Amino acid sequence: MGKKLLLEHENVPGIDTYEVYRSKGGYCAAEKALRKMSPDQIVEEVKVSGLRGRGGAGFPTGMKWSFLAKPEGKPRYLVVNADESEPGTFKDRYLMEKIPHILVEGILISSFALGANTSYIYIRGEYKWLVDVMEKAIAEAKNAGWLGKNILGTGYHLEIYVHYGAGAYICGEETALLESLEGKRGNPRIKPPFPAVAGLYGCPTVVNNVESIAAVVPIINMGGAEYAKIGIGKSTGTKLISACGHINKPGVYEIEMNISVEEFINSDEYCGGIRKGHRLKALVPGGSSVPILPYELIYKTAKGETRMMTYESLADGGFATGSMLGSGGFIVYDETACIVRNTWSFARFYHHESCGQCSPCREGTGWMEKVLHRIEHGHGRMHDIDLLVDVAKKIEGNTICPLGDAAAWPVASAIRHFREEFEYHVKYPEKVKNSIYAHEKDYKAVMV
Amino acid sequence: MKVTIDGHTIDVEPGTTILNAARMIGGEIVPPAMCYYSKLKDSGGKCRTCLVEVTKGSEKDPRPMPKLVASCRTTVMDGMEVKNITSERVLEARKGVVEFLLINHPLDCPICDQAGECHLQDLAYEHGTAKTRYEEERRTFDQIDIGDKIKLHMTRCIMCFRCVFTADQITDKRVHGVLYRGDAAEIGTYIEKAIDNDFSGNMIDVCPVGALTDKTFRFKSRVWFVKPMNASRDCDKCCGKAVVWMYGNEIYRVTARKDKYDEVVDFICNTCRFDKKQVSDWNIEGPAEINRHSVISANKYKKGIKVTAPKVLGYGNNVD
Repeated sequence: MGKKLLLEHENVPGIDTYEVYRSKGGYCAAEKALRKMSPDQIVEEVKVSGLRGRGGAGFPTGMKWSFLAKPEGKPRYLVVNADESEPGTFKDRYLMEKIPHILVEGILISSFALGANTSYIYIRGEYKWLVDVMEKAIAEAKNAGWLGKNILGTGYHLEIYVHYGAGAYICGEETALLESLEGKRGNPRIKPPFPAVAGLYGCPTVVNNVESIAAVVPIINMGGAEYAKIGIGKSTGTKLISACGHINKPGVYEIEMNISVEEFINSDEYCGGIRKGHRLKALVPGGSSVPILPYELIYKTAKGETRMMTYESLADGGFATGSMLGSGGFIVYDETACIVRNTWSFARFYHHESCGQCSPCREGTGWMEKVLHRIEHGHGRMHDIDLLVDVAKKIEGNTICPLGDAAAWPVASAIRHFREEFEYHVKYPEKVKNSIYAHEKDYKAVMV
Repeated sequence: MKVTIDGHTIDVEPGTTILNAARMIGGEIVPPAMCYYSKLKDSGGKCRTCLVEVTKGSEKDPRPMPKLVASCRTTVMDGMEVKNITSERVLEARKGVVEFLLINHPLDCPICDQAGECHLQDLAYEHGTAKTRYEEERRTFDQIDIGDKIKLHMTRCIMCFRCVFTADQITDKRVHGVLYRGDAAEIGTYIEKAIDNDFSGNMIDVCPVGALTDKTFRFKSRVWFVKPMNASRDCDKCCGKAVVWMYGNEIYRVTARKDKYDEVVDFICNTCRFDKKQVSDWNIEGPAEINRHSVISANKYKKGIKVTAPKVLGYGNNVD
């Protein structure tokens, strides 16, 4: 049984209320941080913990915090990114729904460390009910004296506001999120300047994922060094994984980052194995943006080492034979899944969600989707496959924000590993046409 | 600060962008720019045609930048080394961007008023390929009317945002913007209404393609048949310095004066642009020299060879 730090009390009845959360040791970390530690000590503690951003990129949180500019006379902000929209990812939702107070406590400690007196939680529009959950938690915390003016008599004050988006995936990109929060169109900004220098309303801002901020609570409780002992190498601590697909037990699991992919998929404690009578075919380990892995590269890396659930091991082999831990959206496919259809489905998502600001992404995502749609529906040609690879290559790295990369990687990797499946679609259009999904009508209904 | 672009070194002020440093050097090493406009704050970074490779970050931190960067929005560092036309990677990426810009473009140049002074034409001619790999249906939009002076053809738009910045920065109130998302994004006024203020006509001049054209000049002539003349008048709203495009003794259209990167020198008001079409309204100073790359200047100015056609069309005085 792995150690649980965030979801330790997930099954305690009423853990979403202040009283129960407090009785289970809640707000002890906040008390410790505000009373006994200086802001710099907290930042140092987070640095020592080796905590890496849980939103997808895996950038060290402590380092991000230390980049925050601290000019005189300008407010600083902490913005919590709860715009969790990556297909396959639903861990933040679970955490906020179950234990909202751990996020409030995390924000309190983090804001204190960063010297921010106002914090925002940006929740995606489709999670509207979570706005009520979070606002209730914030009100309870405020009643108990954990928010507002002069918290614990330290002279520090903090307000947390909840804001919800209007349903755009792109607003999960940190600068688009800030634009949206300011009330503008959610277009990513051109960097530099980075938010740490000029973020929300032009002021220094830190944008962190929900899970990263929540993880600050156990780090303060147990100490950064102790936290760093969990996991392997630079992948420290625990990570929430939202597992879905053809497994027996889909759900959100907290893992210590020292178990293997094989154990995670097959252990009864976690996914519980592939559904009966089927076998594993492919894996998308970190949300729809990351490269897909074929069967032979899931349990072992190309070098023959055991593939572990860590940032490094999942990325082992680069994009040729590896993938990424990403946001922890763990999608498992058995042999019944059509990779072409899956790739088309992802491409359709990115086409729909491109903000339209820069040319490669605006035009390229639509192009890839249309070609994949053709191949999937039996109108493909052999040269379309190479065309897709080339279009993906021309989008990748040439866009303002990472959405272009996120759209290109799944297509490029699917063709890299499952080329014969694409060729099959082209060679036997009649067989593909007769599949249950392959009706033009269905496609249109989905698009509306 | 010293910066080296394709082997040419130049000293520039801190805060200069790579693109502007390249423009100071001049010549073929200047990256093309479809969305950047030096007169408009915050413009640039969107079209990705000006991508360059930074092979050395600076004297202090010589590491190369991993991704290609938009030269219009990246400021130079001391000792920076940049590759533009000498980088295969850049040329390849640029070719990709041109292709992306063209796949949904209607290519209706034969009936487009911008043809001849269109940046997308130039860009495609220089960096594109003659064939398209795009076999799908091209994107279309419902036509919207934005007033009696400016014609909007959304199918031709490349989403440079220049007209949005112009309306924000030059006119007193912006009533149009970008609606919707991704490749469905379009320029519009949301609730259909006219864009009506004294400086709205400048949107036509800043538009790099034929998405915004002058209704008073619509289908009157091809731009290469009309003769650009510098002209001025006393105007209480703007500088009154413009270019009138003449056919014989008639003024067909009025535009602002432009520099060699086809950027407006001084913005002009709508009265000068749309209402003053009589020769008597203007003090005509003489032929406007067009030194930018364009078919209007091809074969007619200093470097050009003499051909008979321009003379017939009244270009005689400009031929060297």
